[in-house]
Amino acid sequence: MNGAHEPGFFEMKSTFNLLWLQSAGCGGCSMSLLCSEARDLTAALEAVGIRILWHPSLSEANGDEVKRIFEQCLSGEVALDALCVEGALLRGPRGTGRFHRHAGSDVAMIEWVKKLAHVSRHTLAVGSCAAWGGVAAAGENVTDACGLQFEGDQPGGLLGAAWRGHGGLPVINIAGCPCHPDWITETLTALALGAFGQQDLDSFNRPRFFADHLVHHGCTRNEYYEFKASAHKPSDLGCLMENMGCKGTQAHADCNIRLWNGNGSCARGGAPCVSCTEPGFEEPGHPFHETPKLAGIPIGLPTDMPKAWFVALAALSKSATPKRVRENAVADHQVVVPAVKKTGLK
Amino acid sequence: MTRIVVGPFNRVEGDLEVTLEMKDGVVAEAWAGSPLYRGFEQILRGKHPMDALMFAPRICGICSVSQSVAAATALADAMGLAPAPNGRITKNLAHAVENVADHFTHFYLFFMPDFARAEYAGRAWHERATERFRAVRGSATGTILPARTAFLTAMGTLAGKWPHSLAIQPGGVARALESSERIRLFGLLRDFRRHVETTLFNDELEAVAALDSVAALSRWAGEKPRGDFGAFLGIAEDLQLESLGRGLDRFMSYGNYPQAESQFLRGGVWDGKLHALDAQAIAEDISHAWLEGETRHPAQGVTRPQDEKAAGYTWCKAPRLAGQPMETGALARQAVNGHPLARDLVTNGGGNVKSRVVARLLEIAVLLPEMETWVQQLAPGEPFCTQGEMPREAAGTGLVEAARGSLGHWISVEGGRIANYQIVSPTTWNFSPRDGEGTPGPLEQALVGTPAGEGNVAVQHVVRSFDPCMVCTVH
Repeated sequence: MNGAHEPGFFEMKSTFNLLWLQSAGCGGCSMSLLCSEARDLTAALEAVGIRILWHPSLSEANGDEVKRIFEQCLSGEVALDALCVEGALLRGPRGTGRFHRHAGSDVAMIEWVKKLAHVSRHTLAVGSCAAWGGVAAAGENVTDACGLQFEGDQPGGLLGAAWRGHGGLPVINIAGCPCHPDWITETLTALALGAFGQQDLDSFNRPRFFADHLVHHGCTRNEYYEFKASAHKPSDLGCLMENMGCKGTQAHADCNIRLWNGNGSCARGGAPCVSCTEPGFEEPGHPFHETPKLAGIPIGLPTDMPKAWFVALAALSKSATPKRVRENAVADHQVVVPAVKKTGLK
Repeated sequence: MTRIVVGPFNRVEGDLEVTLEMKDGVVAEAWAGSPLYRGFEQILRGKHPMDALMFAPRICGICSVSQSVAAATALADAMGLAPAPNGRITKNLAHAVENVADHFTHFYLFFMPDFARAEYAGRAWHERATERFRAVRGSATGTILPARTAFLTAMGTLAGKWPHSLAIQPGGVARALESSERIRLFGLLRDFRRHVETTLFNDELEAVAALDSVAALSRWAGEKPRGDFGAFLGIAEDLQLESLGRGLDRFMSYGNYPQAESQFLRGGVWDGKLHALDAQAIAEDISHAWLEGETRHPAQGVTRPQDEKAAGYTWCKAPRLAGQPMETGALARQAVNGHPLARDLVTNGGGNVKSRVVARLLEIAVLLPEMETWVQQLAPGEPFCTQGEMPREAAGTGLVEAARGSLGHWISVEGGRIANYQIVSPTTWNFSPRDGEGTPGPLEQALVGTPAGEGNVAVQHVVRSFDPCMVCTVH
């Protein structure tokens, strides 16, 4: 490829082989991937050299043909560049992994994952289940679910904290429940182009291109947030942070910048951000639809914001709230629209 | 007799393994196995009742809205809450968008690629099927995925995102639609209608929905090329898919899409006659599941894994209605609701590979025009969500229809917490194991007599004709 050896230019292997396994998950990250706005998803991946060896929702191969593909990867006959794992890794019962036996074989899914990760250049956790354990690890975690390289926020998981792929990177955690289609395609594309390294991962090994944002960024409820004009019940237009359990000011993701299914996001759908990209989001210690408070002040304050400042600003902004914002916050449609000024805007 | 184990099955949601006992090249007996256990019913115990709205959609990435609607319905039932009309319509729209998208996805991505397999080389239609439907590389993939993506942008507007929306509430939806969004949704529906009318049917939806018999379907298919549906009908005729995968011919539907006074699709049981459905007669048998306990109605159901149980061969329970296994899905739904083509299909050949696929596409043609009506019924400015309180002691049931069949949630609340939560999903019905009487589940029965072995993909067609969702099954 032209410029392949120039610093900063993309390198592209002739093929970048991708294998996708579904462990204990819901398949939702695959379904989300198929909502990609690419003109033609598989062609777009191919255009940067990504070849799908096998994907459980897309490929033709079944049964023994699949096992042959696995064996070819293990023997090195086929170079495995990216192993994508969707779903949590189930170690139970009693460490046997038998809560998820790979269909058609007597082998636990965790054994296939360990073996294939060992030969893969990169391993990607697609979704919060594969990254941290996710909803599969909620409650008493009877299945002993964990992520590939994390168990909740603790390094370790199935592969262990020290594990690195042949490409030198730890497991890349494309967290989210589900993850946004672009998070998957852009991470894979960057890897295939040789344009992704350790510096592109945050401290939880999430790609920084989406994890260096907060869900709050770009939220359409920001005017309500500024004035602490809060929603009190589902379908209210106000800010969801104070009462409705929204963690958008703390959760790392670009959901309100890079929208979902055209023009959506959880907050735009009237739902609080449950911080599904964060480890342990499934057990917040409070009902998802309520904001935990201490002496009337939300416990989870906006990231990087000192409590005293938050309290002072909230008191000030509440007292300065325009009637329009205050009344619309507790209505399900605008009851007062922004005034039209009769003179030119200055 | 020889025994073979088939799996993993691709292009089904989740893990499936089928054990076949073969005699003279055909299946003599079959066992459907779900080798994954996830434990949602255990996870939900002790949680705040409203937390079900966060967990339920995550049971399944493909019927996530169905799970949300079932949970919201069970909660509303426990709260004694009637959704606001706008909320009811919006939930119906989100649910129907998912169900239509699922049928569409199933046909193009999961079902049709099997006809491009090398085993069919030499058939008159094989070259065209390969060009059009081959997995990943067929020409259909490049157009149907963007069409599906565009259609699912309706979810961004209706529910914030798909899958796994938290917008669906017991009293309606958490987001009121504005007038401009009502217009946008109508446009999206019309755009998707144009896509399926052009590529799938080569006819107007109303003409497809009006097909009233097997003979009328044949006549229609013979008039001119009928798009990808026509291609399927040609293949089905050549391979005699109507004689493959005959089920039990007892069809169940909970009914779906509540209207002001009734349901758009009514519920019941069809076995040649229409019967009312008594949900109290549902019981889950666990004699062949790796679970402890006894047969119980889901409201009293328990889920306790026991992986060393000798009689077990799956994590899936065996739901029965009045002791009988039931087939559920689009064919069941349309037969119960009285669609003349669906009724004629099951009268002449019962549930089989062809009739199940036809019913799914027929349902697209039935639903899309209705959805256009629903959008116009929305009244922006009126409430989209009624509010209520969950009593500290309560019980509720949510019975809905996912794309692939009947989905039920049963919740009981004690001391303000979830005391029990049981989920019976469509594929739990269809791919249930044997019960205590030894009666096989619908798939197990449908596979009997199917040719199998090297170079034969008939088993694949039978399995996929049910549009299984194993991740739901093994919640």
